[in-house]
Amino acid sequence: MVMRQRGQYTLVQMGMGQTGTVIDIHGGRGLIRRLDALGIRPGKKVTKISTTLFRGPVTLRVDSAQVAVGFGMANRIVVEVG
Amino acid sequence: MRILLVGNPNVGKSALFSRLTGTRIITSNYPGTTVGFTTGYLKLGEGQAQVVDVPGTYTLEPTSKAEEVAVEMLKEGDLVIDVVDATNLERNLNLTLQLLERQIPVIVALNMWDDTHHRGIHIDAVKLEELVGVPVVPTVAVTGQGIKELVRRLAEAKVPKTTHSGSSSDERWARVGNITSQVQSLTHRHHAWHERLEDASNHPISGFLIALLVLFATFWFIRFVGEGIIGYVTDPLFEYLWTPVLMKLSVALEPGTFWHTVLIGNLIGGQIDYFQSFGLLSTGLYIPLAAVLPYIVSFYLALGILEDIGYLPRLAVLMDTMFHRLGLHGYAIIPTILGFGCNVPAVMGTRILESSKQRFIAATLISVGVPCAALQAMIIGMVGQEGVQYVAIVYGSLFASWVIIGLILNRTVKGFSPELLLEIPPYRLPLWRVVGQKLWLRVSGFLKEALPIVLGTVLVVNILYAVGAFDAVANLASPILTTLLGLPQETVVALAIGFLRKDVAMGMLAPLALTAKQLVISSTVLAMSFPCVATFVVLARELGARRTLIATGVMITAALTVGSLQNLIL
Repeated sequence: MVMRQRGQYTLVQMGMGQTGTVIDIHGGRGLIRRLDALGIRPGKKVTKISTTLFRGPVTLRVDSAQVAVGFGMANRIVVEVG
Repeated sequence: MRILLVGNPNVGKSALFSRLTGTRIITSNYPGTTVGFTTGYLKLGEGQAQVVDVPGTYTLEPTSKAEEVAVEMLKEGDLVIDVVDATNLERNLNLTLQLLERQIPVIVALNMWDDTHHRGIHIDAVKLEELVGVPVVPTVAVTGQGIKELVRRLAEAKVPKTTHSGSSSDERWARVGNITSQVQSLTHRHHAWHERLEDASNHPISGFLIALLVLFATFWFIRFVGEGIIGYVTDPLFEYLWTPVLMKLSVALEPGTFWHTVLIGNLIGGQIDYFQSFGLLSTGLYIPLAAVLPYIVSFYLALGILEDIGYLPRLAVLMDTMFHRLGLHGYAIIPTILGFGCNVPAVMGTRILESSKQRFIAATLISVGVPCAALQAMIIGMVGQEGVQYVAIVYGSLFASWVIIGLILNRTVKGFSPELLLEIPPYRLPLWRVVGQKLWLRVSGFLKEALPIVLGTVLVVNILYAVGAFDAVANLASPILTTLLGLPQETVVALAIGFLRKDVAMGMLAPLALTAKQLVISSTVLAMSFPCVATFVVLARELGARRTLIATGVMITAALTVGSLQNLIL
């Protein structure tokens, strides 16, 4: 399993089990709003709890909820680890 | 008075609804849409109040059609019970604050209160009430704890004095954070058993194995329960109670007379054959009540349990990669599974998908490749008699076409396909009250919709036979059938009737003495070609006339192609 040093990564790059703070979402207003409704917004701590094979969704823990984020979307969410 | 239950998805809204209301519940669609909601009644002192279970929403700034409806419905309510998941206070309070900005009285049900203890979450409900300015009542909808208190305090629901209307998303989150930090504290706790299971079903490999196990168990359960009801309930009822009545009627009417043919149909070897006789009171009642209803009950029971446990969103995550290739995302598994019960709610269910491209692909694929429970019951009953391998050929052909058509549509249909974004609820033990209520709504819905149509179809078939209208159609279409599909001319009538009811159409094949190969071809073509008229109507409403025509073209082309291939290969 890849564990990342401190720095900025996308959710796809972040290691499983690692926690990071969302710092940027590269997307339009629609995407930002959809994520915001689920509590994923800049400043929020998220933990990556699983990935799926073949470029499948990334599952995050946000507070006590679990949210699955499609692969492409996960690639556009930047978090800071460490 | 109209009380609205508003809250995020998966916060126990349905359980609370079932606690508050009695048995007189109905589901309806919001006017002009196919977004469904449930209504019931709550006894309140002398009178009663209408309780509406509003579709779950994360925000009042809608991001999907279902959320739009939730916002619309707010305008028509007198009071809101805001159902909050106490184990996920922060995100839920975001919706609460949005509700408080509206001029409608609110009371908060702090639900899943018991879960907070074993999750190490401590919430000061009194303090929360003070901060939000409306009553807050801790509840456990599953056990009924706090429900009386909630009802008692309904009258205290109010619009808070200090409103923050029109605040921005950032301002609201800041207030949420402020409130949460004042009322909630967290302590460390250990993993519960269901959390271990959750981790296992998220894991790519064990999750896949669990999915296989769940699907296998589900199919086994549906067959076991369905066959059990047929073998021990419906078949004996028809055989020992109904057949003697019909035989008396048959003697009284005399075989061969007009009314005998319409009501009882043809006697096979002097006896009533419920698949072949084709009278209103014989086959017309047997197909919906004895052959199909048992599978409807078992399918919706299984689906209700899976829904209540919270497994389906996990299946959506696992299936996402595959659905992605078809221009969909994993969430499309939910309407697809619904389609195995009935294509009508399945096509309506495509509303949960975000783009029109996705809705078109999903609706078309469901119509082409997903046979409904009524049709499946007949396929298993009739094709199964020839051997399991033939049933497997039918299902294999349907699945292969489903994949191939999806791959093609994804490349040819214009538009974009947004990705999966989905909350995964924790596993919960199913609440039998809710499962039962949902099962009853779905089964009674089937009876109300299907019974009149089946009887009407059988009647129409009998009359058309009597006037000889079918011969003309049969002659017209016979070249296609005989040369391409290798089917006898008479099957065209059954295939045409498939537009009204697929199960009745299968029943019409029974007296034709088809070979196993012909039975496979005709049931595949029946499943893939036209959807039944009820599905057709929702397709037209969901997709519009132009796209419905395209979808129909896809279905007919696909049905003829696959049928011809089967004819060549088998």
